[in-house]
Amino acid sequence: MTTTTPPAATALPADRGEQSAAAVAKRKLSSPWASLAAILIAVLWTLPTFGLLVSSFRPERAIKTTGWWTFFSNPTLTMDNYRDVLDSESGAGLGSYFVNSLVITIPSVIIPLTLATIAAYAFAWIKFPGRNILFLVIFALQIVPLQVTLIPLLTLYVDAGLANTFWTIWLSHSIFGLPLAIYLLHNFMREVPATLLEAARVDGAGHVAIFFRVLLPLLRPALAAFGIFQFLWVWNDLLVALTFAGGGDKVAPITVALANLSGTRGTAWHLLSAGAFVSIIVPVTIFLLLQRYFVRGLLAGSVKG
Amino acid sequence: MFGQSRSPRLRGALAGTLGVGLVFGLAACGGSDDSDDDSTATSSIDCAQFSSFGDLKGKSVSVYTGIVTPEDKAYKDSYKPFEDCTGVSIKYEGDKAFETQILVRAKAGNPPDLAIVPQPGLLKQLVATGKAVEAPAEVAANVDKFWGKDWKGYATVDGKFYGAPSGASVKSLVWYSPSEFKDKGYQVPTTLDQLKELSDKIAADGGRKPWCAGISSGEATGWPITDWMEDFMLRLSGPETYDKWVNHEIPFNGPESTAALDAVGEYLKNDKYVNGGLGDVKSIATTTFQDAGLPIVDGNTCSLHRQASFYAANFPKDVKVAEDGDVFAFYLPGKDAASKPVLGGGEFNVAFADRPEVKAFQTYLSTDTWANIKAKASQGWVSANKGIDPNNLSNPIDKLAATILKDPNTVFRFDGSDQMPAAVGSNAFWKQATSWVTGQDTRTTVNNIENAWPK
Repeated sequence: MTTTTPPAATALPADRGEQSAAAVAKRKLSSPWASLAAILIAVLWTLPTFGLLVSSFRPERAIKTTGWWTFFSNPTLTMDNYRDVLDSESGAGLGSYFVNSLVITIPSVIIPLTLATIAAYAFAWIKFPGRNILFLVIFALQIVPLQVTLIPLLTLYVDAGLANTFWTIWLSHSIFGLPLAIYLLHNFMREVPATLLEAARVDGAGHVAIFFRVLLPLLRPALAAFGIFQFLWVWNDLLVALTFAGGGDKVAPITVALANLSGTRGTAWHLLSAGAFVSIIVPVTIFLLLQRYFVRGLLAGSVKG
Repeated sequence: MFGQSRSPRLRGALAGTLGVGLVFGLAACGGSDDSDDDSTATSSIDCAQFSSFGDLKGKSVSVYTGIVTPEDKAYKDSYKPFEDCTGVSIKYEGDKAFETQILVRAKAGNPPDLAIVPQPGLLKQLVATGKAVEAPAEVAANVDKFWGKDWKGYATVDGKFYGAPSGASVKSLVWYSPSEFKDKGYQVPTTLDQLKELSDKIAADGGRKPWCAGISSGEATGWPITDWMEDFMLRLSGPETYDKWVNHEIPFNGPESTAALDAVGEYLKNDKYVNGGLGDVKSIATTTFQDAGLPIVDGNTCSLHRQASFYAANFPKDVKVAEDGDVFAFYLPGKDAASKPVLGGGEFNVAFADRPEVKAFQTYLSTDTWANIKAKASQGWVSANKGIDPNNLSNPIDKLAATILKDPNTVFRFDGSDQMPAAVGSNAFWKQATSWVTGQDTRTTVNNIENAWPK
């Protein structure tokens, strides 16, 4: 996933009044040496993923006895690994888990995103008693390690009759994602100039109109940034899924299937490279499509307190 | 920079990738219709034995286990006759994280109906959560009939019996190459002394190292040495002392275990004996247990490898595992030819619900009928069920294991580290064994394990 952004590319467009400094930075960062270093790092970072891709097309015996680079001296290609991984009759049937992963991930991003945006607005622009204390408490919730909540949470789900459904995973990811989401979006919203909101209020806009017409369009990069964050986290999560998705292939996401792919005693590990590639298609695509928001949103939202 | 000047071509490529992903997903939706293949061993079984449990049609039983692909298929196939008889559907869920997740699920009140538990120690922990249900009388009767008393004992906690044994594995085996033994005129040893002589002889012939070993196994690194030590404990001090040792009635740093570990050291820490085809003594710690026995196939680097019956699955598909093939195993001999102690492992079916369909299913799993159906369906699987017919086992190594288990002279003992408290059996014992093979002396090793025992 670190494939396409050369580190030097994160230099920000210059702000007013810092022309000279920015120009110096630009000159230094685009010097041939810096470019060379950037390319070198990019190649180094991409190499393992590339090796994994090559491995996924090699025959079982070749994977188990030689390194992927021997592919270039002795190229043999096969789709057997992908067939074994995807076939639902004789193979691991990753396809149905792939669908499960999508079903899990999309609500697990939308629920916390919606709630967090509304909550962040309230914390940023509505004055109510105890606002600061409450915000501090939510901020502090980020410190609670999610591992300590697993068994109590599962007990609650069982009591509520939700066990072995998608709801357990949706709710868990929403719960674990909310503190950071509220904090991140709150900081972003505070940065919007108060005069803008006052102007809207003078024009007769209430909270709802301000939220939808003024803030939401401005918030797009931050929402996208958190969206990607949460998406990658949920898609790659194994712990939460293992604990809560106790319903076999009906609820379990692709990460759980991947963990079991190598077989009871690890004898089928040659399938892992193919399985990994089936699994990373979606996160890589999302990341590439939305990466400009990712960088912009992160810098705007979280760096300034 | 990159994001802002994104070309339409790139966008198209990305859309393509996403499209491929969706196709995978859709293909899965289309392909998941259950086609009943009748080719599986659906030998007709006597359905009358389940009639006493009432009408079970439409009910379902969930099974949770650590056994995943490819071994899971044989389990699912062996459940079909029961499903056909009763109309109960069995939901099989395999998960490699079973050993931790089953405890989480039991504690949180979300256990499966039935779990296939691979260790008596874990079984005790599950009983301690209060969620495990005592086995019905039908199961207890079947276990009395088909298994030895020792097996029933492993699944009994505080006088209550919790579940029938499922599979079993024989760990007291030494892998070798029958063709090499034939060519060079080596004999399969029948006593420990002969094993030593054979090792010396192989070492003398052509000056190579007779044994190969490997203990690397992720976080469980070290476990193969615990099996070595248990085997020698059982042979040098006898089964009664072994039981005391496992239950900590004698200390871990006593003379018995020191002698056993030293005896293992004569093989594994002997530069003349190891590590054939893999390096020196220290390479034992870095070689994965899956790869450790493979040099035997090469024919001229390693001749002997001590590992359980399930190791057969690690050999490449074109290697013939048979008494007249490329590789096979012999019984790790006792101190003398008359005694036949066997170290092994096994699983137990523990129920967490007492609904009639669960009871009926438990009963089915405790019969010789199931054991034989399962034997026919699988490779690399045996059971200590006395009703099992060795001819139903297609695999020569399974036949050997079943014959050893059925032998009336056999004294079976369950893997000790699986019964010891987790702090020792799946922690200190493994770690100290690893330090031991990389240079730590025996005295320090046994002392450290003794100190790790929960007070």
